[in-house]
Amino acid sequence: MSVQLEQSPTTGDEVISNYTINFGPQHPAAHGVLRMVMELDGEIIERIDPHVGLLHRGTEKLIEHKTYLQALPYFDRLDYCSPLAMEHSYVLAIEKLLNLEVPLRAQYLRVLFAELTRICNHMLNMGSHVMDVGAMTPNLWLFEIREDCLNFFERASGARMHSAWFRPGGVHQDVPLKLLTDIADWLDTRLPTLFEDAMSLVVDNRIFKQRNVDIAIVGKEDALKWGFSGPMIRGSGIPWDIRKAQPYDVYDRMDFEIPVGTRGDCYDRFMVRVEEVRQSAKIMKQCLAEMPNGPIASLDRKVVPPKRGEMKQSMEALIHHFKLYTEGFHVPAGEVYVATESPKGEFGVYLVADGSNKPYRCKIRPTAFSHLQAMDFMSVGHMLPDVTAIIGAIDVVFGECDR
Amino acid sequence: MTVLHSAPKIASNEGVLDALTAALGDMVVAGKEEHGEVVITVARDRIEDALRLLRDDHEYQQLMEMAGVDYPSRAERFEVVYMLLSVTRNHRILVKVSAAENTPVPTVTTLWPVAGWLEREVFDMYGVIFAGNMDLRRILTDYGFEGHPFRKDFPLTGYQELRYSEEDKRVVYEPVELAQDLRQFDFMSPWEGAEYVLPGDEKVAKAPEGGNPK
Repeated sequence: MSVQLEQSPTTGDEVISNYTINFGPQHPAAHGVLRMVMELDGEIIERIDPHVGLLHRGTEKLIEHKTYLQALPYFDRLDYCSPLAMEHSYVLAIEKLLNLEVPLRAQYLRVLFAELTRICNHMLNMGSHVMDVGAMTPNLWLFEIREDCLNFFERASGARMHSAWFRPGGVHQDVPLKLLTDIADWLDTRLPTLFEDAMSLVVDNRIFKQRNVDIAIVGKEDALKWGFSGPMIRGSGIPWDIRKAQPYDVYDRMDFEIPVGTRGDCYDRFMVRVEEVRQSAKIMKQCLAEMPNGPIASLDRKVVPPKRGEMKQSMEALIHHFKLYTEGFHVPAGEVYVATESPKGEFGVYLVADGSNKPYRCKIRPTAFSHLQAMDFMSVGHMLPDVTAIIGAIDVVFGECDR
Repeated sequence: MTVLHSAPKIASNEGVLDALTAALGDMVVAGKEEHGEVVITVARDRIEDALRLLRDDHEYQQLMEMAGVDYPSRAERFEVVYMLLSVTRNHRILVKVSAAENTPVPTVTTLWPVAGWLEREVFDMYGVIFAGNMDLRRILTDYGFEGHPFRKDFPLTGYQELRYSEEDKRVVYEPVELAQDLRQFDFMSPWEGAEYVLPGDEKVAKAPEGGNPK
């Protein structure tokens, strides 16, 4: 009996070329309008070239044509999943140029709502990350929490998403006491129940781990070189959190922990976010317990407009109100770079003022821009389906990335 | 000046400017500390050396951001600002260079890979060339876009608009046509240096007719 060798169907002369495929811009796993040109060898990624800018609206240019206060709502529309965190950097940048003191209650309110925003943002991100790798239920459960958060925003500012509630000098208006007690109840009851329930389905799930563990490992050196921040740099094991290292508002009074990853893979980034939600809840409880009474915005009438009731009694107040809502306030010439810890990482505002009522230049540092740039380096050698897990763990929102 | 604001508190700036100016030596063009920010301007062709020195000897490990700024009145109209962060010393500084349209800035992608896209963005928005950046394509603007939109002389409305054409069954580009004038409100008080002649003021320059009033 002789062995019959099967004849090769090819002669060996033809060239096998790599696939080049186009991912997005309309793809549910692209988390917005991300287009990626991918070069594949079979199912292995050889090169990724992300094309961003499909949602570029020229926000920075528009801001140059608006007064400082009129420019504020643009920030809500950057990262529309965490609007208040975007406003935070901007108002702090203006306050730094003006050297304006913010009353304590306003600082507490800002921290309280910045952390609520963080929870709200992480609910969306973790839910969609989990859904991208194949699970449906946790997403729906997490959206329940997100809905609660949006209701709280609505009760504070009147808007569910685009609040425009942080203002230079404080916040726009005070919150009713009932809202604070409701948030306190929610933190004690609904949030832990719903959140821990959803997480119990995910964190030890075999499929979830298979899709995330050891995917896109980034070491400490690389994380620094690629300009990572937020959960991405903490996932790589560097305990860097601007809230802790460079505290702003009342974060220096808060007692909270910074979770870090050990392996620097997508699973670590996810778990960092899970723990951050618990820490945010802890910060919010401290805010609610310690928040003093008092004014909710600076009493400097050259920056913060007076309340309506005051306007009806005082000519002075009426003039201030008119001047601030037409001409706006003037900011002394200078330049500052202010970065805060947004839910996605370092969100910075580089503000150049020329002494007039409009910013001369407002450069926004998006978090996702540098993370997305590292897409190529993180994905090479991984399989095509891993890309969705990597994008999910980056937590990219294109309103902010493309500006 | 006492710090009243509640913006992020970094490690003290005390002595940082002097130490870095001394370390950078003849690379420094100017240095200042204002509003709590240390800003060092360096010579354009030495930017790579300067940032390498800051990264390796002064622990500014991260390049967080690069910004372009346009000052049309200057001889070299653009400024490129590098925001550096030290995670070990918990400090931030801004490093600047100035550039014109025809004077390339050396790339810093050799130091930080993150500079790749950041330089592409400054190029896209302002037209500053980065010598040595191997991938200097446009990044945020549309495919086939012309011009550099963040320059101060680029109009806010742009030159092109696009819409879906029902006849052609595709997206068509057309010159911008505004249904009404772009509204640029001028809220500056006329007493604080308005750039136009106030109604009635044109009479001031004219000599009064009919001699002196009685």
